[in-house]
Amino acid sequence: MSFADILRSAIASLRGNWMRSLLTALGVIIGIAAVIVMVSVAQGTSTEIDRAISRLGSNRLDISSGAERRGGVRGSAGADWSLDERDLAAIASALPEVQYATGALRGSTQVIHAENNWSSQWQGVTADWFPINAWTLSQGTGFEEGDYGAAAKVVILGETVRRELFGDADPVGATVRIGRVPFTVAGVLTPRGQGGFGQDQDDLVVVPLATARRRLSGSVAMPPGALQSITLGVGRAADLAYVEEQVGEILRARHRIRAGEDDDFSVRNIAEVVGTRTQTARLMSVLLGVVAGISLIVGGIGIMNIMLVTVSERIREIGLRMAVGAGPRAIEHQFLAEAMLLSLGGGLIGIVLGIIGALVVGNFGTLPVSLDWKVVGLATACAVATGLFFGYYPARKAARLDPIEALRQQN
Amino acid sequence: MVELEGIGKVYAAGTPAEVVALRDVTLRIDRGEFVAIMGASGSGKSTLMNLVGCLDTPTTGTYRCEGVDVATLDAEARARLRGAAIGFVFQSFNLLGRMTALENVAMPMAYARVPVAERRERALAALAEVGLADRATHRPGELSGGQQQRVAIARALINRPPLLLADEPTGALDSQTGEEIMALFKRLCDAGHTVVLITHDRDVAEYADRICVMRDGGLREDLEHARRGVRDPAAQSPHPQGAPA
Repeated sequence: MSFADILRSAIASLRGNWMRSLLTALGVIIGIAAVIVMVSVAQGTSTEIDRAISRLGSNRLDISSGAERRGGVRGSAGADWSLDERDLAAIASALPEVQYATGALRGSTQVIHAENNWSSQWQGVTADWFPINAWTLSQGTGFEEGDYGAAAKVVILGETVRRELFGDADPVGATVRIGRVPFTVAGVLTPRGQGGFGQDQDDLVVVPLATARRRLSGSVAMPPGALQSITLGVGRAADLAYVEEQVGEILRARHRIRAGEDDDFSVRNIAEVVGTRTQTARLMSVLLGVVAGISLIVGGIGIMNIMLVTVSERIREIGLRMAVGAGPRAIEHQFLAEAMLLSLGGGLIGIVLGIIGALVVGNFGTLPVSLDWKVVGLATACAVATGLFFGYYPARKAARLDPIEALRQQN
Repeated sequence: MVELEGIGKVYAAGTPAEVVALRDVTLRIDRGEFVAIMGASGSGKSTLMNLVGCLDTPTTGTYRCEGVDVATLDAEARARLRGAAIGFVFQSFNLLGRMTALENVAMPMAYARVPVAERRERALAALAEVGLADRATHRPGELSGGQQQRVAIARALINRPPLLLADEPTGALDSQTGEEIMALFKRLCDAGHTVVLITHDRDVAEYADRICVMRDGGLREDLEHARRGVRDPAAQSPHPQGAPA
């Protein structure tokens, strides 16, 4: 029997029972679509993490005030103002490995320009904040050296805030009000777009730290010189662990924390965080792969089940075909072809649905998605393998029938 | 054409359920003969037919089909031999309901690797030969029993096998239609086909040139019929192909 004959016969028999064929293929359709969507999401996530690493620069340490844990309950970091500007100065002077050091205060507020009103986050920072976070300006010249000490009322806008307040107008030199205080716009940050999990990284305004302390966080009771967080940029990645350890010791000594007591600050190594996220992403893609694989197996079992039903329904036909000259191999090929068509057809439909699904998730969901054509190849291979694996046993069963017994079958 | 020599067939040999279906059957059928094998149910005639049809192999003895010792062939080779040498006609027609008459007739050609271009023409010719040229696109459900059996005969003829093997071909038909079918076999035999007919019905068997009777697994030639025969009783000698004596 030629390949064309096998194909023709398989198509004819699947079409004869098209509803059943479609329902059988549904398992594979869902399995393959799941493979594509999930692999796309997993790949998109790891691509996003790679981008985040290059953006943050991995040689940084983030120190926040507040304990990591307190009696098993995680307190909100920064709530108890344990860090201050003297801690920052002490770290910067004690550790020559630290290239950049900045403290920060944060809060949320209304930013107002003319008729426009936008709710955003403010950050009070020092000059080192810009290189540590790799922020650059798209417009304006930024803060001048004197602005930090003088608590000048100058502000740098994030792209989102600029768009919401100014639209097409030139913001540099204009006046905006933050809360009740008027500020002069000194520049606009270069836009970064969405972060890894959908948050808008451009929705912020930046002011000098001293200004923030005096003008924006006035309503909050805090010790003089308090900082919510300290961020260090370390010159060489190799020094990171050493600096992390030294910072801990300096702060424990300064805060008079005895051995065995909980720290009142926490140090996060961004490289570690990124590493954890990479591991999480890898674990997620493994889990997604397992889920997709299981749904493919379920789909394959569905095919095997229906093929076994088909074989036993058509025992007499098999006997007849054998009598008119079909050898065991021809019978096996015929039933294998039916299983392959089911899984391959299901696979193709699944690929289309999977691509649509991945695009929908990418455009409307919060997960980053990257669609790779290799995934489509992988999915096709999965479909073919499913058909072969789960079609083989029923086909073999058909091929091994005794033609005499088969012809005697009453159905 | 068909040479059975000392054929025995035992099922479940060596167990308490042992059944001796055939014992020492010797039969020679030459090209162009019309032979009926008669017998009551359980006499072993179905077993004999399965052997002659190369669906089964004997326990003892040798069977040569077209000069080939069937016992030496594996399942694939036997399938090829069936496709090339034997056309089956069954009591229950065994047509595939989802196919048209034409497709049913054409089906065996796929296994014989007949070029696609020839198939339609050959299937139409075979249908015309059994008088059903105008029913080519009908499905079996739309045909009468006699017509269905004609389609089945056309299917049996499609690969031009020398041997037609018919198992109770009139068993599911009324007597008049049965006579028509038997007349068709007679005509095919006159056209050079070898026909082996399995039946329990004496009237049907009478169409044949030779009648063999199966009893308890043994085969006996009905010589009286041969003497009365329509044809030359000396039909033991082979007919020249395509020219009835």
